[in-house]
Amino acid sequence: MAEKGKTREFKWQRKHLLGLRDLTAEEITYLLDTAQGFEEISARAVKKAPPLRGKLVVNLFFEDSTRTRNSFALAANRLSADVVEFTKKDSSVSKGETLLDTARNLEAMGIDIVVIRHNAGGAPTLLSKYINACVVNAGDGFCEHPTQGLLDVFTIRKRKGSLKGLKIAIVGDISHSRVARSDMWAMTKLGAEVTFVGPPTLMPPKVEQLPVKVSYSLDDVIEKVDVINMLRIQFERLGGNPFPSVREYSHYFGLTVERMKRAKPDILVMHPGPINRGLEIESEVADGKNSVILQQVTNGVTVRMATLFLVNQAAAEKPAEIQNG
Amino acid sequence: MKVLLNAKQIDSALNKLTNRIVADIPEGVEIAVIGIRSRGEIVAQRLAGRLSKKIGSEIPCGTLDITLYRDDLNSPKSGSQPQVRTTEIRFDIDDKLIILVDDVLHTGRSTRAAMDALIDLGRPKAIRLAVLVDRAGREFPIQADYAGYKAVAKPGQLVQVLLKESDDKEQVIVK
Repeated sequence: MAEKGKTREFKWQRKHLLGLRDLTAEEITYLLDTAQGFEEISARAVKKAPPLRGKLVVNLFFEDSTRTRNSFALAANRLSADVVEFTKKDSSVSKGETLLDTARNLEAMGIDIVVIRHNAGGAPTLLSKYINACVVNAGDGFCEHPTQGLLDVFTIRKRKGSLKGLKIAIVGDISHSRVARSDMWAMTKLGAEVTFVGPPTLMPPKVEQLPVKVSYSLDDVIEKVDVINMLRIQFERLGGNPFPSVREYSHYFGLTVERMKRAKPDILVMHPGPINRGLEIESEVADGKNSVILQQVTNGVTVRMATLFLVNQAAAEKPAEIQNG
Repeated sequence: MKVLLNAKQIDSALNKLTNRIVADIPEGVEIAVIGIRSRGEIVAQRLAGRLSKKIGSEIPCGTLDITLYRDDLNSPKSGSQPQVRTTEIRFDIDDKLIILVDDVLHTGRSTRAAMDALIDLGRPKAIRLAVLVDRAGREFPIQADYAGYKAVAKPGQLVQVLLKESDDKEQVIVK
């Protein structure tokens, strides 16, 4: 009722969601506002609405994922789309087919939206240049994971009202984290101050060129922040010896009950999951009253519904031709 | 542009709607009012207020966003992009007599969408349609149960309800 029936003059024009770096604050806000309208669907008896009826969504996952893949599938299902799952191990990718050939074959089956996760940064952008279907990035290399960034700011906005002026720490393995990057773009565009926290060995090269502060000590920032996002230590991506031992990492960068005592009483504790309990976050904190980790999962479906809806809307209004963004 | 109703006439149209709705309520049936965004929401709130007063108990009132149920979402011809807003119905619609409210009844397509949206929320005892203005131009077999005013308008003309909550004035116009 806040807007009192007045319509805002804004049109969503992107038929692909490739990353948050290129989005304006207005576009992000519009997507979050749209997502609010989708929240109610998941809460009612008939958890389905018809806007993507007859549309085909393909989950094209070249990397393992359970949460994101299911979240996208659920979002598509709740909007009445049909979903085809296509994962690396049971596809002809393992027989040497290239990304573009795979995508063209899928397109020949009449897909409308491709949700793609790939270990190579830029793969979704490449795909978007060669096929007519909408492309949604579900994580590419160490570049972006835009819907995770969106669900994180959606969750924060819901709890704090706005991101303007909030101090947010993103803690852990920043260098291998596309979540940290998408979060950074979304959070800073919406007016928050972001600090990357972690050991120097887990900071990305040229971090000083990013719109963030950097700290190598969680103890220095814990008292000041309104939101803390604890990244998972991704052992599968870590090469070399970025920290001497898991215990030492936990000691310096883990979110423990002891550290939480020094935090603001209304701090939001976030984690993109899956959690390594006792490593980057103690169980009592992950399950505690400040944690919004499970709300993030719920909001993920909501934000992905809005994303699928909007890219399809943009595609419906444009003639079918290959275009970017 | 021609003014069809002024503030006073809108007020009496709302009174007429209120009286006729109340006269039709069967004994022992709970009613609720649900408005279609965006101007149907305002008409619904006013109606709910008047109905509550007349009946002597609080009539629940909610707002329905029908964007996801529209039949033109995938048609490239639709000019402005529809914006999804929130549906806010904080009561159970099961077994209630639902008074579905819109500002103008024209093609009937919004009403069709609204009925589909309502059915996904539960199983009301009945749905009745109340509109402030009923105009010609139906494309679906849908008629209003209660109309505050019947407007004469040619195809291509726009009948607009302006209300002080959203437009800072109180008029029904045709242009």
